[in-house]
Amino acid sequence: MSAPDFILKGRKVVGGCVEGEALVTTQTISGWGGVNPMTGTVIETRHELRGVSFKDRILVFPGAKGSSGWSAVFHMTRLAGVSPKALIFKEMTTKVALGAVVMRVPSITDLDEDPLALIETGDWVKVDADRGVVEVRKKAKDRVVQSASPSR
Amino acid sequence: MKLTDDERAMLDGRDGPARRKAMELLVRYGEALNAERFVETTNVAGVPGTSNPFLENYYREAGDRYDVIYSRFDLDSDEVVEVPRITVHACHLQGGIDPENWQALGAKPEHLKISQAGEASAAAHGIRILKTCTPYLAGNVPGKGEHCAWMESSAVVYCNSVLAARTNTEGRESTSAAMLTGRIPDWGFHREDFRVATRHIEVDVPVDDILNWGMLGYFTGDTVGEHIPVLTGKYGTPGLIDHKHFGAAAASSGGVEMYHMVGVTPESPSLEVSLDGRRPVETIRYGKAEQRKTYETLNARGSSQDVDFVMLGCPHYSLEQVKDACRLLAGRRVSEHSKLWIFTSRAVRAVADREGYTKLIRDAGGVLLTDTCSAIGQAVPPGTKVAALDSAKQTHYLPAIMGIEAWFGTTADCIDAATTGRWNGKLP
Repeated sequence: MSAPDFILKGRKVVGGCVEGEALVTTQTISGWGGVNPMTGTVIETRHELRGVSFKDRILVFPGAKGSSGWSAVFHMTRLAGVSPKALIFKEMTTKVALGAVVMRVPSITDLDEDPLALIETGDWVKVDADRGVVEVRKKAKDRVVQSASPSR
Repeated sequence: MKLTDDERAMLDGRDGPARRKAMELLVRYGEALNAERFVETTNVAGVPGTSNPFLENYYREAGDRYDVIYSRFDLDSDEVVEVPRITVHACHLQGGIDPENWQALGAKPEHLKISQAGEASAAAHGIRILKTCTPYLAGNVPGKGEHCAWMESSAVVYCNSVLAARTNTEGRESTSAAMLTGRIPDWGFHREDFRVATRHIEVDVPVDDILNWGMLGYFTGDTVGEHIPVLTGKYGTPGLIDHKHFGAAAASSGGVEMYHMVGVTPESPSLEVSLDGRRPVETIRYGKAEQRKTYETLNARGSSQDVDFVMLGCPHYSLEQVKDACRLLAGRRVSEHSKLWIFTSRAVRAVADREGYTKLIRDAGGVLLTDTCSAIGQAVPPGTKVAALDSAKQTHYLPAIMGIEAWFGTTADCIDAATTGRWNGKLP
């Protein structure tokens, strides 16, 4: 990835390094009963991401809530090939820790600044969990780059 | 993590490949949590080796099916290992199918076969088959301070809050690993300092029945998220059933794993003790307006008054609740336009059979089911459009999972709906 706009530092939950497009929610996510594990789509009735899939996205969210089936549902998303590419979250719980472990995706928490305030859906994010580093390139810049190219 | 000699030996394979794989998973999990060590656990509740058509199809490799599913899914192992008999006390929580009334649930024979094979294997490995989300109503009642590793958010919150035993909301993989090793990360609710309340809920409206306890729980979870609340105010002395509905709701709208109620729960002799002498991060009032809003939120997925399905027993009904439903049903019949399903544990069902409740429900046109519920089993009668429920937890999940409308009310509202086919519930 090209030069990031900013860098966040945190603690590795599950190791690995990956980059992709961010999907951000300020609402906690239920696993069982809140996510369809075959599509990676949020199904919870009043959730702001209802109908949106996290497949292949870097999921940035406050943390897990609800049923103890959280890990098993996110485990199934791995088998179904629809899991997020990485997790960035704020509140540590046993649900999200175990879910991250069995999904085997790079995961980071305890960041030095609020990821929900700084990262927006569509931003390009690199999660280097082994080093505890999150690099973010804002989507606004992408738009400038795009509009500066061909069509004019 | 700091491991004891015994734990190190398990990780090195002294006790065989399955216990090695289980320790490997628990170490990955403990490191994710930033836990420093394990605690020994004597009471594990999970869903070990449970299979379904998706997993059967995904793990098609040869070998004993229980070993395959337990190794690959429960232990997240890349190789299949032989799973030994467990050595700790462990039980199997709810499943997906009632083995007796599976046809009423619309299950296919192959689903029943998978479920029964899994159950037989789990039993043969030393796991008690309770098949309920309420193990504390089926003989598993841990003592104060006992380190447990439980799944099922409604049972976890009951275990921590009402019994003062200690468990995090564990998952399938961690409980299955704990069944083999007797270890779980020493993190969260196992630790004294973690069990302190940080949010204060002032109850300013009378709360003295199941409906209101469910609503207060739903409001509490929605408000405090995964934090620990302490409640004070105008509640009477909640009974077991009230705690069951309050905790289940709080663990659904939010992630509440423990609550304090001053003068009620064992770790809450006073507001000061529950808050450990600190000021609450937030003080939230639950009054008439909040009660009304919670009722409206829970009924937001109801539109048609024509109810074609009534589901009771989330969390699984106690014997008293089965009896209460029978009292409300006496002399009435389930409408031809509706169905009535009541879910409970096998333990309660056995007594209900002897007391004649099972027959009374059947004679009235309903059915008393075990092992599962509509949300877990993803089962509603064919063509269901509108459900009526007396559980805030089930109301939270079922419409989202099954794409149906739902009403929330008292048990009496629900029995009325079952016998008339019409919803007439309102906030009392």
